Amino acid sequence: MSNHESHENHVTGYGVYLLVWLGLLMLTGITVAVAGIDFGRITITVALLIAAIKSWLVLTIFMHLKFEDTTFKIFVFVAVITFVVFIVLLFADYLFM
Amino acid sequence: MANGTLYMPETEPNYLDYRGRFKGILGWILSTDHKRIGLLYLYSMGLFLTVGIFFGFMMRLELIAPGKVIIEPQTYNSFFTLHGIIMIFLFIIPGLPAVFGNFFLPILIGAKDVAFPRINLLSWWLFAIGGGLAITSVFLPGGPADTGWTFYVPYSIRSTTNVLPAAFAAFILGFSSILTGINFVTTIHRLRAPGMDWFKMPLFIWSLYATAWIQVLATPIIGITLLLVAVERLFGIGLFDPALGGDPVLFQHLFWIYSHPAVYIMILPAMGVISEIIPVFARRTIFGYSFIAFSSLAIAFFGSLVWAHHMFTAGMSDTGRFVFSLLTFLVAIPSAIKVFNWIATLYKGSIQLAPPMLYALGFIFLFSIGGLTGLMQGALSINIHIHDTSFIVGHFHYVMFGGTGFGIFAALHYWLPKMYGRMYNEKRAKVGFWVLITGFNLLYFPMLVMGWLGMPRRYYDYLPEFHVYHFISTIGSWILITGLLIMAVNLILGVRRGAKATDNPWGGETLEWRIQTPPTHENFHEIPVITGGPYEYKINENGQEEKKYEEVT
Repeated sequence: MSNHESHENHVTGYGVYLLVWLGLLMLTGITVAVAGIDFGRITITVALLIAAIKSWLVLTIFMHLKFEDTTFKIFVFVAVITFVVFIVLLFADYLFM
Repeated sequence: MANGTLYMPETEPNYLDYRGRFKGILGWILSTDHKRIGLLYLYSMGLFLTVGIFFGFMMRLELIAPGKVIIEPQTYNSFFTLHGIIMIFLFIIPGLPAVFGNFFLPILIGAKDVAFPRINLLSWWLFAIGGGLAITSVFLPGGPADTGWTFYVPYSIRSTTNVLPAAFAAFILGFSSILTGINFVTTIHRLRAPGMDWFKMPLFIWSLYATAWIQVLATPIIGITLLLVAVERLFGIGLFDPALGGDPVLFQHLFWIYSHPAVYIMILPAMGVISEIIPVFARRTIFGYSFIAFSSLAIAFFGSLVWAHHMFTAGMSDTGRFVFSLLTFLVAIPSAIKVFNWIATLYKGSIQLAPPMLYALGFIFLFSIGGLTGLMQGALSINIHIHDTSFIVGHFHYVMFGGTGFGIFAALHYWLPKMYGRMYNEKRAKVGFWVLITGFNLLYFPMLVMGWLGMPRRYYDYLPEFHVYHFISTIGSWILITGLLIMAVNLILGVRRGAKATDNPWGGETLEWRIQTPPTHENFHEIPVITGGPYEYKINENGQEEKKYEEVT
């Protein structure tokens, strides 16, 4: 299987993992820090944005999505889009309450 | 159409006789054969269905007259909760994908098994454990849950009954569903036989594919939501309970983000079964193959975006209600595409009213009533009038039981001869059908009427003017159960003592009819090469069809 071979070609070094981990910790810190600030209507947007960046890091680096073939990327893309649509529709209600 | 030696008669044992690593019961509950796992699901679901019917029967009996008849109000609350949880999570959601999807998906695409046979077995084990826990929760101290299957907060936070075990059971069952979904998506992508491109797949596979995506994408949301309810109950963290600063409407949103698409997890595979049966018994190729295929995906997509129509009276914003009402109307389009295509397939067909076909036609009739009453509720003004009345109960039983239930029965009558190699009595099957559909309409149609007149759902007692409807409905439940018994006894007798079934009793063209009956352990001697579509009925040189079902008279 070609994608198995490509796995072996892409060994990520510990340094990268460590950096990503530190990045995730930093973003968590930012989430906690900004939680106390009232951004009004965009509070949730800010929180979701940070969470999205964190998920993207985990998916691409830790879960190796970066090195997978296109089918898997499309699958994950579909899942992400579905999730975004759910949230947008949820706020079609909440924003106008 | 397929080429290749699909099976070598009498040289390989069928899957029922096959001796693997384990014998006896272990040979079943530890088997990774998709066909045996399908039957495991069938047997466990049969058991859960019986329990669910018992609760439904008792509720109807209680409602035969105003005031107390046989059970106390608290027992009644528990019964409708358990009826809902069992029927939805243990019968109708796994129903077609887990039994017939497992059994026939690999065969229909020309594969020897699903992509992950061990995960497949794991999903049955999770199903059995979740089901066991749901039933056990009835007998644990604290008493059976009484929240309704929807676990609405804040009541589910405050009820002293066994809400947590029941919710945890649903959580485990969710994992079973997700694993099945992942397995099916992968199988359909990776294991199709050479030559079987996407548009040569039987339509049942398209519907399973659409269903599997909903299972994978939507089920985690109910899992996490129920987990949040547990967190709130156990640690008093204010998420949904207004008394703790939470938002109960948020729970309803999260709950229905899964639970409405779940309706399509239930109905889509049934539509797939109907798309398989109609061409075989109308002796015509399906009308509008690609429209039916894509309408499955469209239903899965739009069906995932309409959840808040369950909450129009829950305090949503006007904009929210408008958006979700509009989206609800949109789902009707792909659903109607299917119904019109089936009817167009029947048009000028050579229709044979064999038992599977009767159930398929019953499906179209009942699903149309269920679907159209659903559209009525999509309209905001009507929805507010009939919200939480028995009109809703009537509507979703028409869709869930009249649709999915009849789809399951159609599949049973269609595929049982292939699964067990024996034929049931067709006459008795037809009698069972007519009794069943009569009882069905007597049971559920009065619910539509009295709901319209204002009878609330879930009520233990009612005003005298509703008595006649409740009375007819309860009588209908007895007729319906009689029909179910006739069907069950007939099928069980058929499996045990029925005449030997031929390889292709109905004259079908899809792959399952070209292999041994019952299938061998690995389904195919050689993986077939697919050369044509699934519903091409050939005419021989005498101007007659090569294979045709002959009705037993």
